[in-house]
Amino acid sequence: MFASLHGSGNLRAFAFEFSPMVEQTASDTVTFDAEGLERLFGPVQDIATAVLRRAGETGVKANLALAANPDAAICAARGFTGVSILPQGDEAKFLASLSLQLMNPSPELQETLERWGIRRFQDLAALPPLGIAERLGPEGLHLRLLARGEVERKLVPLEDPPRFADELELDYPVELLEPLAFVLSRLLGGLATRLATRGLATDELRLRLKLENRARHERMLRLPVPSLDQRAFLKLLQLDLAAHPPSAPVVHVQLEANPVKPRAAQTGLYVPVAPEPVKLELTLARIRRFVGEDKVGSPELLDTHRPGAFRICGAGGVAPVPGLAAGVARKHTGGKTTGAIITLRIFRPPRVARVVVDSGRPSFVAAEGVRGRVLQMAGPWRTSGDWWTADPWERDEWDIALSDGALYRIYCAPPGWFVEGSYD
Amino acid sequence: MSGPAVLQKQFESVLQWQIRTNPELVRTGVSEIDRITGGLPRGCLTEIFGPASSGRTSLLISILAAATKRQEICALVDGEDCFDPVSAEAAGVRLDRLLWIRCGHNAEHALKAADLLTQGGGFGLVALDLGDTPPRTARRISLTSWFRLRRAVENTPTVLVAIAQQPNAKTCASLMLECKRERVTWSGGTPLLRAMHVRVARRKPIREVTANFQADADAVE
Repeated sequence: MFASLHGSGNLRAFAFEFSPMVEQTASDTVTFDAEGLERLFGPVQDIATAVLRRAGETGVKANLALAANPDAAICAARGFTGVSILPQGDEAKFLASLSLQLMNPSPELQETLERWGIRRFQDLAALPPLGIAERLGPEGLHLRLLARGEVERKLVPLEDPPRFADELELDYPVELLEPLAFVLSRLLGGLATRLATRGLATDELRLRLKLENRARHERMLRLPVPSLDQRAFLKLLQLDLAAHPPSAPVVHVQLEANPVKPRAAQTGLYVPVAPEPVKLELTLARIRRFVGEDKVGSPELLDTHRPGAFRICGAGGVAPVPGLAAGVARKHTGGKTTGAIITLRIFRPPRVARVVVDSGRPSFVAAEGVRGRVLQMAGPWRTSGDWWTADPWERDEWDIALSDGALYRIYCAPPGWFVEGSYD
Repeated sequence: MSGPAVLQKQFESVLQWQIRTNPELVRTGVSEIDRITGGLPRGCLTEIFGPASSGRTSLLISILAAATKRQEICALVDGEDCFDPVSAEAAGVRLDRLLWIRCGHNAEHALKAADLLTQGGGFGLVALDLGDTPPRTARRISLTSWFRLRRAVENTPTVLVAIAQQPNAKTCASLMLECKRERVTWSGGTPLLRAMHVRVARRKPIREVTANFQADADAVE
């Protein structure tokens, strides 16, 4: 017994509620195997009633047809409104009045049939098979079988999208991370095995914890490349939970993995070595634990002239592997090809300075860790920008050699004088 | 068979681990330095030291630029959070191949981060910048820590470079370079500071050799 639904709404999900064997026949038609539903709902009429009732609840508007073979059910669902139940053996009689266009014949065949005056299922079903085979070939024969409701075929079932999630209700609330690690290890083991059996890996883990105080604690781990390394996952989860501990004891754990295809990379003999991505992620998680979340990553300059404008890529939990992060490396635009250039060591934040100005030029500078007479200087180098925004900036820069033996960059901006850094 | 020959035959297998092949040398990006050192040894610790404004950072940035140009992934452990990405990119460092760890004025964290990175492996170069760390703090880093770092990179293709105001790694460093600023060229107009002339002395291996290089204020293609 097969059922076909033709109409609008989420037919696919609706069909999966009744059977795991669902075929997406067309964008507006699904067919499913209704075998065995009689044990749940009773006779065919009761099955149809149950399907219609559920359709009303879920907002699905579709014609329903039940038949002994899928193609007869599909034709009936497309051709008749409401519910159609095709008695076994009488499919041809039931479908007789339907238009041949429901079968979607090829334009040439349709034109031929039109010329012959054959427009309905019953007309085609009545023709002798030998004559059709001689004149219309295999397609004509197939259409005749369809018109008689005699096509026997198997469904091409859709695969229910696999969901890789496991959960565990704990017998008693777990307060410490160490016992929780055993639970996580068990869940990870199961997920990794299921992923591996389907030839998949994961690049994202979602951990949902229900706490004793009825609150929820959710964490998400993103990996730079798909992996199945259970030990690395467990360590990453432990480090993440240590950095962001739940506010109360845990009573329920759910772990979900995002299934993706495993990474396939062919390394070359002459390709420079690079850190193994999952291992690097683990190392960075360990480093972030003591230096801070936003202190680790790859620097990226911002498209502005504002001094010191940059951002850290990969900070905040999602750390791309440098050079491998975006797949395609950023185009390197500038840079000296040979030799060295003078580099500034930035003081973060800039050190507030007391500067003695003599004839419009700095003659003495004192700041935290910096103090001396100005021996040599050059400047001022006047810059400004973003005056068209709410956060404009302007400054006069001086390069100075102090009597303490070092070279500094100082600047005068509206609040006062600052030492920006030292040249080294 | 003579005495030494017998001893060699008996203990050669035991002492085998001590026989070290010459490490591969990589370019620093400054030809004058390459001339006196031959390059930086892989799998070894190189220490660059000198006072403030002596050209240590310019040399380190050149080394980073050369390494990233070789498509290597590099890590910079910034003990005092003083790395300037603008200067670095102007010097030719490919920032997308650089991992920057900002340790916020904590030498202990810097050392721990460098240790984790070297243990993890896979980096072409790991730089530990203790250039602004007060000498008193840097001196407190035990020799054991330096030895641990050296052992972590041994027999790996990683170049480990540390910069500081004074030599700290002592016997653990395979190459020691001392930087000293010789003179500065100024400009009244633009740029402000035109060039810095630096004298580099190789302090280890023992035979002292010196070289001069010039760090310019602006990049020349």
